[in-house]
Amino acid sequence: MNSIIISAISQGLLWAILAIGIHITYRILNISDLTSESAFALGGALVATCIVNGIPPLLATLIATLGGSLAGFVTGFLHTKLKIPSLLAGILSMTGLYSINLRIMGKANIPLNMDDTLLTNAADLLGFTRDRDATIVLGILVAIIIVLGLIWFFNTEFGFSIIATGSNDQMIRANGVNSNVTIIAGLMLSNGLIALSGALVSQYNGYADVGQGIGAIVVGLASVIIGEVIFKNKNFFITLIGIIIGSIIYRLIVALVINTDFISANDMRLFTAIIVAIAIAMTNLNFRKSKVKRS
Amino acid sequence: MISIHNLYKTFHANTINENKVITDLSLKIEDGDFITVIGGNGAGKSTLLNLIAGSIMMDEGKIFIDDVDVSKMIENKRAKYISRVFQDPNSGTCKDLSIEENMSIAKRRGKIRTLRKGILKSEKSEYQNLLKTLDLGLENRLNAKVGLLSGGQRQALTLLMATLVKPNLLLLDEHTAALDPKTAKTVLELTEKIVAENKLTTLMVTHNMKDAINYGNRLIMMNKGKIVLDIKGEEKKNLTVNDLLIRFEASGDDNIISDRMLLD
Repeated sequence: MNSIIISAISQGLLWAILAIGIHITYRILNISDLTSESAFALGGALVATCIVNGIPPLLATLIATLGGSLAGFVTGFLHTKLKIPSLLAGILSMTGLYSINLRIMGKANIPLNMDDTLLTNAADLLGFTRDRDATIVLGILVAIIIVLGLIWFFNTEFGFSIIATGSNDQMIRANGVNSNVTIIAGLMLSNGLIALSGALVSQYNGYADVGQGIGAIVVGLASVIIGEVIFKNKNFFITLIGIIIGSIIYRLIVALVINTDFISANDMRLFTAIIVAIAIAMTNLNFRKSKVKRS
Repeated sequence: MISIHNLYKTFHANTINENKVITDLSLKIEDGDFITVIGGNGAGKSTLLNLIAGSIMMDEGKIFIDDVDVSKMIENKRAKYISRVFQDPNSGTCKDLSIEENMSIAKRRGKIRTLRKGILKSEKSEYQNLLKTLDLGLENRLNAKVGLLSGGQRQALTLLMATLVKPNLLLLDEHTAALDPKTAKTVLELTEKIVAENKLTTLMVTHNMKDAINYGNRLIMMNKGKIVLDIKGEEKKNLTVNDLLIRFEASGDDNIISDRMLLD
């Protein structure tokens, strides 16, 4: 039982970065960006290919992150410059990236269990005998850096512009900001984080798989929504902490559900999709109810 | 000075729905002019404002702002010269940011956004003092999200934001039309005060004849994409609703007086 909790916390921390990326597009930019699915796999593909080719894990992880940003740039370019609706632009990127990921990896799955990863490096550095313990330390460290970085970023002039673009692009253009630039920047930030998450999860799992991003957007949304349910406060810091805790809780639920007799690991995506659908429907229905009462 | 030369705009050109919204429109706006624009539905008032602001690109013509040719400039570049208040109170502000954050965005209109702090301490007291002049109690709610404000409060805030950096031209697109009559009056009076204090060159679209007569130093009337009346100076000062109706009839097309204009 104890080890289930520890593993849920480790995985939750790594997947939380994905959820924070989803939050940036879904909640801040108001775009349902499907690039996320393939950007997560791209992170894994890049990090695994780099590591097996002898590139140091830290550098490999950075390359994976930049790769995700590039994917976000492509989606942003398709959407803003070529005027393709955002949902379709994301689908195009996702579909195209699947082939690119296979090209990068050369096969559908690359094992990493014989190689040094960021996690084994961290374990060596910290003197842990088990990588699992290092994962928690590393996960917390990465989470702190990301939370502080995002709080700083979204309080800059440029950060304000991105937030304003998401809620009212007419207003931000009328104030002299090119909303194409802010949308592209937001997508690059989001997908960079998602690829970073994919890279870390691959190193934790000990392999990269071309299919590892399938359902990632729903998993991320589930974490975002769990976080919002726990912390109703709209303060950005609390929101980010909520997402991280939401991600950990989601992993705990997964661990508990898989251990029951009637749901197997194969059913998890259906289970998650239903949970997210119910959660979003409930917030919408509550909203409608309170509206009726007021009038 | 803003000069507009031979502006043309057609929507859905070469289709069955072709609609020539603006045809051969020219207009010179002198510095300090406060022009009210009136006209029936489909006269092209809003399109004219959108063409000037650059949110719609013109088919033909030229627009100069103080000798700068902005005809090909996209909306966010033109924002350096032009500020706007929209008809929809939700359009001019960002609901997810606080009052002071919204103002800080407007304070940087026309400037490149950097990674410097979005709002400086010194700005806050400036905003507080400016908000006091609105007399809506907003000066104590700098950190409140704008989404919590009423339509009238948001419109007043948008007006203030539009003038934080003095624009070469202020565009008001029926900015009181979505408000209740009492709030509309307050916002209009505020508009007059802010325009006068800052000596702003202003173009205000309205569908209300009385407002068009009571405010500004010049009145233009649009019909079918053209300016059919341009009244200024002494004549504008002494103008009454009756005069205006007679002038409309004399212009040969009495369809231009829509029911909406008369009812108001």
